[in-house]
Amino acid sequence: MKRISLTLLIISVFISVIAQTKKPVAKKPASKANAASAAVSPAVMERGKVVYNTYCVACHQPDGGGVPSMNAPIVKTPHVLGAKPALIDIILKGMQGVDILGESYSNVMPAHNFLTNQQIADVLTYVRNNFGNKASGVTAAEVAAVRNKK
Amino acid sequence: MNIFEKLDYTILNYKINLSGAVIGCALLALVSHQTKAQTAGLTMPAGFKAEIIAENTGRPRHITVTKKGDIYVKLFRKVDDKGILMLQDKDGDGKYESRTSFGNYIGTGIYLKDSYLYASSDEGVFRYKLDANEHVINPDKPDTLVKGLVSRRQHETKSLVLDNDGNMYVNIGAPSNSCQVNDRQPGSPGQVNCPILETAGGIWQFKIDKMNQSYAEGVRYATGLRNVVGLDWNKQNNALFVMQHGRDQLTMFPEYYDVKQSAELPAECMYMIKQGDNAGWPYSYYDPFQKKNILAPEYGGDGKKEADSKFINPVAAFPAHMAPNGLLFYTGNMFPERYKNGAFVAFHGSWNRAPEPQKGFLVAFIPFKDGKPSGEWETFADGFSGSPEKTASGRADHKPCGLAMGPDGALYVTDDSKGAIYKISYNK
Ligand code: HEC
Repeated sequence: MKRISLTLLIISVFISVIAQTKKPVAKKPASKANAASAAVSPAVMERGKVVYNTYCVACHQPDGGGVPSMNAPIVKTPHVLGAKPALIDIILKGMQGVDILGESYSNVMPAHNFLTNQQIADVLTYVRNNFGNKASGVTAAEVAAVRNKK
Repeated sequence: MNIFEKLDYTILNYKINLSGAVIGCALLALVSHQTKAQTAGLTMPAGFKAEIIAENTGRPRHITVTKKGDIYVKLFRKVDDKGILMLQDKDGDGKYESRTSFGNYIGTGIYLKDSYLYASSDEGVFRYKLDANEHVINPDKPDTLVKGLVSRRQHETKSLVLDNDGNMYVNIGAPSNSCQVNDRQPGSPGQVNCPILETAGGIWQFKIDKMNQSYAEGVRYATGLRNVVGLDWNKQNNALFVMQHGRDQLTMFPEYYDVKQSAELPAECMYMIKQGDNAGWPYSYYDPFQKKNILAPEYGGDGKKEADSKFINPVAAFPAHMAPNGLLFYTGNMFPERYKNGAFVAFHGSWNRAPEPQKGFLVAFIPFKDGKPSGEWETFADGFSGSPEKTASGRADHKPCGLAMGPDGALYVTDDSKGAIYKISYNK
């Protein structure tokens, strides 16, 4: 009996060690739209991913988690999930020296006004429905409205 | 053999197997526990052991150890409104449980020499007089040696080291990646006669006993260095050595660099600095595969055109983007002979290799002879990140930053992510 309980103990220790070293649960693909977001088509997500991997991934990283004290994370933050015009503005004009959720970031977020309205719409839709984020998509018309406001 | 016999046999066999497994597991656990305890989770050459002597110290950057083994670290963010931490092991059990702090500013640089402690904020340098025990006499009233240095968020930290002739060398990092008109923006050209170099992107020399110095009183000792965090004075050839953080984002030029090349370029370079040297930033970068200084694409380069020959060459090249944050020439007697006068380099770990796997989070060693590298660099202590997966994702548990040598010759390494301080020793 003693031996069995010792075995169980050791096995459970091993299991818990394995459980601890396991990678975090893979991000849910943002396929099924819920009430909060209109259906986001896989084609848009695919295009958004291409823009992200070309222009954003170096700083914000493949998991959207950014780099501590340097590049802000874009996971479930008020800017990412919040009002679209302000978010579009960050992409068009860039951002620097703004504390986000009490943290400061030393790097610069360059203005990405050289991207087309469609590219910005796609990448923001992708960001808002990836990395654990869930929010409505962004359209090229919405980007155009912010760009033309001036 | 009837069925009962068979059953019995199986059970017996099972029992034997189980107890074997139990002993095996217990042994394994014991062995791995012991080695873990002796290396603090690090892998090092045979004979070295490591222990974590302090934990949760905040975000310690550079570190210095007194003759009696007390430790000063400069903090990247304040803890209890203070930016310098003094750690002591009063009961001699190897754990530095006693903590006092002072200095109401954040920073990176800290250096101890001849009864003074020097510490940097992101704008200047302060000096504290020490008593016979090398304890700070007046923690609230430091002398202001240097002030008013450029600090614009990016590459804002100041590192410092002293020579033996009353001079201090301070890094002023360029608040920019490659001096583009619009920093880090694809398509934005490099600024002609990069104006940043007038007040940053180099090493400035100041006096160690003159108050309130700034650019007017200092000397721009070397230029064309994008950002230096690790630096040390080599006493063998009386020269300054620095580790540069090389430029990022060559992916902004997909016509010349693919994702893989951008991850592997440029090398993280070690330079030996003489007064007046120009290491080429932002006009060039060092390509370790072509073994040449290459013209930066913001200034008309295409990945092949060579840069102006007036730019100095590195004395050693390490893999790209690994972020060298600490440099220490080993002058102690504890480690084996081959380490004597060689350089340890603490690599904080990369981020600009994404989407390629990240690298670094290790302490490297490069042997020296007569003040020059005498062999290839090698990994000395690895495993700070916690696992190969954590290294690849960049989500490391610990990130090596500052290096110092203790009075007994042990090597100290700070981790500015979780706030651990490691002590690495050698047993003959
Ligand atoms: C050179 C690095 C860099 C690149 C490239 C970059 N960013 Fe950023 N980004 C930053 C930094 C740094 C911040 C935080 C700036 C601050 O705090 O002032 C930021 C902030 C943001 C924010 C606001 C975060 C929040 O929650 O408030 C969003 C959204 C964002 N970036 C999206 C993007 C997207 C999308 C791209 C690609 C089109 C991109 N970034 C490219 C560095 C970068």
